[in-house]
Amino acid sequence: MSNHEQAALVRQSLKRRYRKERRFRFYGILAIAIALAALVTLFADIIGKGYTGFIKTTMTLEVRFDPKTMYLEDATDKDAFSMADFKAPLLAALHDVVPEAGDSDDRDLGHLLSSYAANKVRDTLEADPSLLGKTQTMTFLVSDDVSVYVKHADDPNYSIQLSEKQQGWVDQLQERGIIQNSFNDVFFQNGDSRDPGHAGVLGAIVGSVLTMVVTLLLSFPIGVAAAIYLEEFAPQNKFTDFIEVNINNLAAVPSIIFGLLGLAVFINLFGLPRSVPLVGGLVLTLMTLPTIIISSRAAIKSVPPSIREAAEGIGASKMQVVLHHVLPLALPGMLTGSIIGMAQALGETAPLLLIGMVAFIVDVPSGFVDAATVLPVQIFLWAGSPELAFIERASAAIMVLLTFLIGMNALAIWLRRRLERRW
Amino acid sequence: MQPGNLFPLVVVLIGIAFALGYARSRALATPLGGIRHLKSLPFYYAARASLWCGLPALIIFALWLGFEDKVIQTLVIGSLPADIQPDSPGRASLILSQISNVASGALSPEFVPEPIAGAADRLTALRAESKLMMTILVICVAILGAFVAWLRIAPHINARAKVESTLRKIFFMCAGLAILTTVGIIFSVIFETIHFFHKVSFLEFFFGTSWSPQTAIRADQVGSSGSFGMIPLFVGTLLISGIAMVVAVPVGLMSAIYLSEYASKRMRSIVKPLLELLAGVPTVVYGFFAALTVAPFIADAAGWLGLDASTESALAAGLVMGIMIIPFVSSLSDDVINAVPQTMRDGSLALGATQAETMTKVIFPAALPGIMGGILLAVSRAIGETMIVVMAAGLAANLTINPLEAVTTVTVQIVTLLTGDQEFDSAKTLSAFALGMMLFIVTLALNVIALHVVRKYREQYE
Repeated sequence: MSNHEQAALVRQSLKRRYRKERRFRFYGILAIAIALAALVTLFADIIGKGYTGFIKTTMTLEVRFDPKTMYLEDATDKDAFSMADFKAPLLAALHDVVPEAGDSDDRDLGHLLSSYAANKVRDTLEADPSLLGKTQTMTFLVSDDVSVYVKHADDPNYSIQLSEKQQGWVDQLQERGIIQNSFNDVFFQNGDSRDPGHAGVLGAIVGSVLTMVVTLLLSFPIGVAAAIYLEEFAPQNKFTDFIEVNINNLAAVPSIIFGLLGLAVFINLFGLPRSVPLVGGLVLTLMTLPTIIISSRAAIKSVPPSIREAAEGIGASKMQVVLHHVLPLALPGMLTGSIIGMAQALGETAPLLLIGMVAFIVDVPSGFVDAATVLPVQIFLWAGSPELAFIERASAAIMVLLTFLIGMNALAIWLRRRLERRW
Repeated sequence: MQPGNLFPLVVVLIGIAFALGYARSRALATPLGGIRHLKSLPFYYAARASLWCGLPALIIFALWLGFEDKVIQTLVIGSLPADIQPDSPGRASLILSQISNVASGALSPEFVPEPIAGAADRLTALRAESKLMMTILVICVAILGAFVAWLRIAPHINARAKVESTLRKIFFMCAGLAILTTVGIIFSVIFETIHFFHKVSFLEFFFGTSWSPQTAIRADQVGSSGSFGMIPLFVGTLLISGIAMVVAVPVGLMSAIYLSEYASKRMRSIVKPLLELLAGVPTVVYGFFAALTVAPFIADAAGWLGLDASTESALAAGLVMGIMIIPFVSSLSDDVINAVPQTMRDGSLALGATQAETMTKVIFPAALPGIMGGILLAVSRAIGETMIVVMAAGLAANLTINPLEAVTTVTVQIVTLLTGDQEFDSAKTLSAFALGMMLFIVTLALNVIALHVVRKYREQYE
């Protein structure tokens, strides 16, 4: 075959080869497009499902604390107080704003308000007994069914439980501004509740913060110390190698295995209580340690040898070189790595399920050994509920969680840009 | 004293020990003619005093807190009269929870037998006693330690060397914690697993094709035996992981190739962080997405096509898990592709190959071992992934490879068996540990192989 013929052959195949090239390139773009589409769908889905979670629907009523209908003559009398009827003033107030409702509509009318409304009347009166016989303007959460109707009347996924009559009342009340939508501050002030309107993330956020405090206080110093030992002091021998192999493997062990470890060691062996932030923090510490050790070692490695040599040259001991010179220079890198490790721990759910942090907990935890739950577990609990109102809460909680995570990652990036030195 | 208050107190004591040590070393130095006559700087004498003060006290503190409950429980159970002595661990934990409920006031003493109420009083007393003893012991040890160290401050002692060697030992122990964790994992699953195999045979566990861990509470109940064949779980896990890999490997690999070979700097700087964002989303969020959006969508779509799909289909969990793993595969392949020397690329392009040909015929084969290592790591992640499958896959152990049916996985079963009420020591609870052991061994093996392959590959081009 002459050169000429060869050139002709190549030229003939060129078209096909270029087509292949274009196809290959297209596959690459397609892959990226798929990944990004998944990302966008995920976020759009969650925001679409959950933004209504940040809205609460309330009803403002003129409540008259009528001693007669409440069967309560003296509000300071404890026995009479516990027997009093706190629904009566609410019903009367509802009748005032819905004049067309007759006496037979009491049930339907009462159903417009959340079942906790009577508790609010009681608490208000208990706090200020002089209100008996007076009238006060009070704002109540509406019942779930009303809330669903107000927020999702057009959404086919939600089924409207209100009767035609009730719908008419709600429409009219909304028009008159008695039923209103506003920012859902209840969501950030309450713990979990059986009633979606009253369920909030505060308990879960506090639980997460307590757990993270334990994790950070343990994993950062231990991780940094381990990294310093491995990078600066460890002799080159089999044992050091063994430690390294262990760390690398632990970084890839499924998180649920750490849950088994926590269950067997911290709860069954040491007898620590279940469902508490202390144990959660211990488990997450063991889980995040490898990440922190690995990133801290990288940070130590990036400190140039000239720094060490200079310090050694003027007579610093090995420990002084490390603590006075290497560590301060490596610290920003270590911090960045730790924040990323913390962000992972904050989103972790599986191991916490095994140590019992899935309980239904209404109270906001006040200490490290109080029963608590954390944000991701709260999301898991709400997501498993058959009520759509809880799904809405779960999406809203996801947005809160993602905000925290993005914030932490942004902080890490900012720290890296700001503090990290290139040598 | 509450542990929450004792800890700050110890910290204060450490501070005082530091100050006293500092003062004494300076005082000793002054008649000699200044601190240059000391063997070490005053700081090190002070640091040594605080180490002596803090270390033993904190170690005792931690050990006490760790074993306090266990010891008290054993004492309380031991003090019960012989006729209600628990005969099994399950019974013991029942009685214990009764006792502690009475002690905490959640249960009125009138509702329980008299010895239990007595034991509750004893529990309260023991707890108070233990708190008091711990407080006294910890404070005494701290003060004693500080005092000894304070006495031993002398100009000829090289405090720096001593402090440094102690610090070194502490650093070493921190590094050793990694080994301790591994050992802890192995021990926490191995005993229960051995226990499990006393109740259920090896053969049934590894080759049984039916999994229904419901054991009866009463002996005469129908279907009381329960069956523990892990094959359906194993197949379910592989099915879901397989679907995940079918999604993640091509998408992750192709996006890594495009980003490293074709994309402009600008595009890379936008797309890469977005992919990393995908990696930062917590798994519970993926689970939520899979269970509430993808699964109903697939069920509807299948119904529309005339197929019958479960609302807990393996396909939904697998697809979403695949999305989760995309950034993992892409960043690992990116590393590997970038590790191939530029000279190989240049050589191939210079011979007239197109970029695609260079990629598929030169770089890809060269990077293949590394990519395989990355894929193995991704598989191990998919197998160990828990939340997505807990939320989106089913509980029933169907032995099927139809992606539209519901299957269950090893991790789902571990979570289901260990959350909620557990019967202590039953084959049902123990089987979770056996499954955990299997999971640990399989993922460990995959990781070891993968890390080995990746390292070997890196060495080749370094």
